[in-house]
Amino acid sequence: MNPMEPFRQEVREWLEANCPESMRSPYRSEADVCWGGRNFEFQSDDQRLWLERMAGRGWTAPTWPKEYGGGGLDRSQEKILKEELARIHARPPLLSFGIAMLGPALLKFGSEELKQQHLPPVVRGEIRWAQGYSEPNAGSDLANLQARCEDRGDHFILNGSKIWTSYGDLGDWMFCLVRTDFEAPKHQGISFVMFDMATPGVSTRPIRLISGKSPFTETFFEDVRVEKDQVIGELNKGWTIAKYLLTHEREMIAGSGLSHAGTAPLSKTAIDTIGLDNGILGNTPLRADIARFEIDERSLDLTIERARDEVKAGVSLGAAASMFKYYGTELNMRRQELLMAIGGSDALVWEGAESKDGQAPRQWLRSKGNSIEGGTSEIQLNIVAKHILGLPG
Amino acid sequence: MALVLNDEQRMLRDSARDFLTQRAPVGHLRQLRDNGSETGFSRDLWGEMTDMGWTAILVPEEYGGLDYGYSGLGLLLEECGRTLTPSPLLGTALTGVAALLRAGTPEQRAEWLPAVAAGERILSLACDETGGHRPDRVATRAEPHGNGYRLTGTKTAVIDGAAADVFIVSAAADQGLALFLVPAGANGVTVEPYPALDISVAARVTFDQVEVPASALLGSPDQGQAVLDHILDVARIGAAAELLGIAQESFGRTIEYLKERKQFGVPIGSFQALQHRAAQLHTEIELSKSVVLKALHALDEGAPDCAELASLAKAKVSTTAHRACCEAIQMHGGIGVTDDFDIGFFLKRCRILETLYGDRNFHLDRYARLRGY
Repeated sequence: MNPMEPFRQEVREWLEANCPESMRSPYRSEADVCWGGRNFEFQSDDQRLWLERMAGRGWTAPTWPKEYGGGGLDRSQEKILKEELARIHARPPLLSFGIAMLGPALLKFGSEELKQQHLPPVVRGEIRWAQGYSEPNAGSDLANLQARCEDRGDHFILNGSKIWTSYGDLGDWMFCLVRTDFEAPKHQGISFVMFDMATPGVSTRPIRLISGKSPFTETFFEDVRVEKDQVIGELNKGWTIAKYLLTHEREMIAGSGLSHAGTAPLSKTAIDTIGLDNGILGNTPLRADIARFEIDERSLDLTIERARDEVKAGVSLGAAASMFKYYGTELNMRRQELLMAIGGSDALVWEGAESKDGQAPRQWLRSKGNSIEGGTSEIQLNIVAKHILGLPG
Repeated sequence: MALVLNDEQRMLRDSARDFLTQRAPVGHLRQLRDNGSETGFSRDLWGEMTDMGWTAILVPEEYGGLDYGYSGLGLLLEECGRTLTPSPLLGTALTGVAALLRAGTPEQRAEWLPAVAAGERILSLACDETGGHRPDRVATRAEPHGNGYRLTGTKTAVIDGAAADVFIVSAAADQGLALFLVPAGANGVTVEPYPALDISVAARVTFDQVEVPASALLGSPDQGQAVLDHILDVARIGAAAELLGIAQESFGRTIEYLKERKQFGVPIGSFQALQHRAAQLHTEIELSKSVVLKALHALDEGAPDCAELASLAKAKVSTTAHRACCEAIQMHGGIGVTDDFDIGFFLKRCRILETLYGDRNFHLDRYARLRGY
């Protein structure tokens, strides 16, 4: 018998008993899932129950150590958990930058006290985290960031602003890159700090995008008090953590750009919308574009599968994450372009049944940011050229 | 099966690379061309490949083979792509053997497989009749004649045509498409070899009322199309593996050149206009590696989606290798288009392999059909 079989059986039985029926359907948008936090309003009792039960087992952060509230699972157990969740179409109990971004940084660089303080509430979905990275004059050149965090003896005082904070208006705490040494070369004066966004002097303003939605905010700091014990790693060594997390973020973006779990294959949408003539899509140039897209999509899926197998065999992914981020986002943008082509004038409807109230055009417009956020495609190509191919300059 | 090489496969690849770079680097191909080779490959080198067991890799042990599978042979083809080493490995050791494994009778296997494993026989698939690959459109006829058949028609783009001992010929019979094993020396067979642009030697082969016994039939006469599709899919995946080697080597040489070549006082590889194209190409090559590995595994596992993966691999890797070879020439600048410099040989071999068994447009179309659109 497969040695993992008893674990799978246990997971399956537990999910059967504990995943509420209404949580077993694909979610349509990020608005349909639980993000947790002080001010989150559960949409149903089932949603609250599902989070509590999963968090109780530490399965909202399955691979984190148990002492910090995590599930303590190894990679193969985590894979089984994911497979069993997918099998019953379970919604994620919690979407969280705390789990996806802050946790990996704290686990790798944080002190024991900081891990004990911050990780368990993240697992339980009690605190919602926001990320403060980009600034108006620090986009692709992130290390040029200017938010000033000055030493005032027993605490710091932070002034400046961040931009492109995902759901900044909904965050409870922020992990933030700030400048703590104003004389040092730009990469060496940066620290990684955390503070409560309810602290006086923190304010946010939503940024309305071309999609009509506002998933990002500007975030302003006016004499904000930051406690001295809320620095991850060493003071002025924050750039190392930032780079680690950026790599991590790219892997996630690449992965999510591909997780078409729940989305129909592009060709199926085309068949359902346009119909077939004599067994093929009558619009042959569009048909060829769709086939090219599906070939590239499958090629990337297989490459992610191969990268995972290599990681299991002990090869580290490293700068290859940039390759996945670049290709994954470009591919999603191609998908959105093709969906617009398939939809024709129906895809132009902003409000109305033809486009499910603008779903198609809004997603298309939103996708234009994919090759910019998390490091532009051009930055990713720079990283591949320098760190994988070893090209000079 | 995990998409990584195991230790044994890595050793096979490394030893193949050592052998090919020492015994048959690109200079070997150049020498064959300059000497006007009649077969397009070296019989001596083929003998050495045989001694190392390369011709026996797919052959089951009961027929004197190693039974090592498609993934192993794919690695060898990839390495041959890197050095552009010409040989009947693709046509005989892969495609020919796959045909016998798929549809051969015990007698046919016993007759041909040990001989192939021993490097004594060269097989060649003769299925194309027009410049465009249309394996389902066959004018060659197989008429019942006595207890056997009589074949009439002309095949083109028959690889290793000058050296082949036996052809695997597709022909329209009463029941549908059928395949036959036809010795090159049979009465009525005319072989017209011609050099292709990469110096390999293909042939037009004419069958003029060629009489073959019923025992020459490969597979049943009503299953010929399915058998041929499978044989072609194996050949396509093999060609993709060789193209992958070509793409990696031409790209690797280009990256080295970008680091060495100076203009305006700096290495040209420091220019972002070239860096981004190189990084994009690197990504495409990484994707191509995964696709080839997956397709070879599918053959070894007898997976139901071999046809889809064959078209995926052929379309994807052809596109990648073509781009790699064209960029190699552009980034090498003037010397890239000179005959003295080796990089042009990669483009030539690439063009052959991307056209063979259906080019990227053929497989784009086929992939869409297989997926129901």
